[in-house]
Amino acid sequence: MYPILSKQKLSNHVEEITVRAPYVARRCEPGQFIILRVDDEGERIPFTIAECDAEQGTVSIIYQVVGYTTRKLSEKKAGDTISDFVGPLGKPAELHHHERVVGVGGGVGAAPLYPQLKKLSEMGVEVDLILGARNKDLVILEDKFRTFCKNIYITTDDGSYGMKGLVTDKLKELIEKGVKYDEVIAIGPLVMMKFVSLLTKQYGIKTSVSLNPVMIDGTGMCGGCRVTVGGETKFVCVDGPDFDGHRVDYDELMRRQGMYKTEESHACRIGLRH
Amino acid sequence: MAPNMNPRKVPIPEQKPDERVKNFNEVTLGYTPGQAQEEALRCLQCKTRPCVAGCPVNVKIPEFIKKVSEGDFEEAYGILVSENCLPAICGRVCPQETQCEALCVRSKKGEPVGIGRLERFVADYAMEKMPEQVPEIKKNGIRVAVAGSGPAGLTCAGELARLGYDVTIFEALHALGGVLMYGIPEFRLPKKLVEKEIAGALKLGVRIEKNVIVGKSITVDELLQGGFKAVFIGCGAGLPSFLKIEGENLNGVYSANEFLTRVNLMKAYDFPRSPTPVKMGKKVAVIGGGNVAMDAARTAKRLGADEVYIVYRRSEKELPARLEEIHHAKEEGIILKLLAAPVKILGENGWVTGMECVEMELGEPDASGRRRPIEKKESNFVFPVETVIIAIGGTPNPLIRQTTPGLQVQKWGGIVVDEATMKTSKENVYAGGDIVTGAATVILAMGAGKKAARAIHEALNTKIPA
Repeated sequence: MYPILSKQKLSNHVEEITVRAPYVARRCEPGQFIILRVDDEGERIPFTIAECDAEQGTVSIIYQVVGYTTRKLSEKKAGDTISDFVGPLGKPAELHHHERVVGVGGGVGAAPLYPQLKKLSEMGVEVDLILGARNKDLVILEDKFRTFCKNIYITTDDGSYGMKGLVTDKLKELIEKGVKYDEVIAIGPLVMMKFVSLLTKQYGIKTSVSLNPVMIDGTGMCGGCRVTVGGETKFVCVDGPDFDGHRVDYDELMRRQGMYKTEESHACRIGLRH
Repeated sequence: MAPNMNPRKVPIPEQKPDERVKNFNEVTLGYTPGQAQEEALRCLQCKTRPCVAGCPVNVKIPEFIKKVSEGDFEEAYGILVSENCLPAICGRVCPQETQCEALCVRSKKGEPVGIGRLERFVADYAMEKMPEQVPEIKKNGIRVAVAGSGPAGLTCAGELARLGYDVTIFEALHALGGVLMYGIPEFRLPKKLVEKEIAGALKLGVRIEKNVIVGKSITVDELLQGGFKAVFIGCGAGLPSFLKIEGENLNGVYSANEFLTRVNLMKAYDFPRSPTPVKMGKKVAVIGGGNVAMDAARTAKRLGADEVYIVYRRSEKELPARLEEIHHAKEEGIILKLLAAPVKILGENGWVTGMECVEMELGEPDASGRRRPIEKKESNFVFPVETVIIAIGGTPNPLIRQTTPGLQVQKWGGIVVDEATMKTSKENVYAGGDIVTGAATVILAMGAGKKAARAIHEALNTKIPA
């Protein structure tokens, strides 16, 4: 059993929990994820690690309440336990000693983006951030990013905070203005990562994305999370989750993500990472 | 009592095919005490005891059967578990026809003694009727780590614990048992029974660390540095192989591992009570001819598929699955599409709609001794299916070999060991089961685990403490 040490609401629908999981904490690096099962009847769902502390043996994850497992998680309080919590899974993100990088975070994608940008900043890279969300309530972690990001641009679909529009609008504007980025790291909904990749491809800017397919075991034994990258089948859980954004077959992945749509709505349950 | 000279085994009660395809309950119901005694009397108690040599863990077969014939089931159980820590499982899933029973002298004239059925009967009897006993063991204080809780790891851990070692099993999943839990279906091997038998076998104080992936959460070197005097690697061959044909990533295409894990481990058959879903079309093709393919096909039928095809590139004679499983599958209406190989999976709007296959014919025997399938030119045909399950085997997960310097592996990823001791190229590291042999059987993995435990004991016990 894995005790929840603390729990905090980041907004009306987004929560962060910190769990004691020493085996995960001792080795985890930015880009990696965990799989948890809320209780003995639960499903296995992946979440990217938002923060971890090897000394304390703690790991934090951030999620939006959208389906069966996240709802169950949101019912838990500090002091409650989670049945299973395994990791760190996946390959650590490849972070390079660039001069300047922009992170593009969509919705709760800001959470997995955070450790990557933080590490880059610690490596001496100048980091900018474009944070996008449907509305103000879903913009998270802004203050934490402020501690190390040089420039932060916020966009919301409805204009309730920052610029009204999409992250790609802002990114395009910056590139057209002549800001030189060595790499774009985009994490968020698949459709966002797809359009960021399409945009940066035009300008030839290296782009890394973090994929979020349906997973079961997360250790490479089922292939449920497979995706085509550069014409080859890859397992996101062991070969990823980070890939070259210009080589991913997004349409195939979006289709595969929707495989259990009927079942998910049937029981108000979802099999995706949030 | 005089031996029972009936040339045939006492038939074992089973659920009727048309009933059982509607449920996930166990197909074979097992002997009654009377039937068990009657079958046990077919054993001639021959002096040569060839059956024992056919058993990878060398169960004292004539001895335990004699006790069954006398109605002393408790004593029979004691003899059984002295060599085999998982008899209720082995009695159900071992391919006895190629092991102990293949060598039985009764098989020269008629059917062999139903050794597997008797083993199962005794184990089930004990589980139901006998109080649990925890033998007293003198601990030696030596720590050994076991990676993986499948049949190999469980057996190795159980044997070492009995010898007094402090054993810790590290398991990546949330449940113990490996393929016993996620692979073999409920209707062949009930999960409650697996859980109970494993718990019993580990009663000797084996420590369990679930949700720990050796090679990821912790490395083999870290285990050795952390005070474990030896490490046994029994992580299986769980990485599924795909066909690498067009259409393989369409919705509706599963690896057998994913399909069976969803259904068995995550209980998707009980959706939505269990939150993990599974998609099942009305027409299903399972590619492959082994036990996993049979399991997947029979599971698909139980999930409501109307037509389930086994697509296999050789003929029925070469099917690698157990005869009993093929027989059960056929009884349940599974259709064998033999001498056919898929070349393309067809789809519309991202979902599988059919499969293009090519007919095969058999040529000369290949390296495996089986006749090589050869494609018939221009024999392509298409048949409509909505679900495709790929059951063409798997290879070892690369996590351990990638993170364990000094561990010698085969080209296909299997760990190289000394066959007598299961010792790897790395000091104090042993390995056994599918991670050494590639996909094989439960009992061979158990045999390897047992052999490794003995070798570990010999190596650690003869070492003079520093």
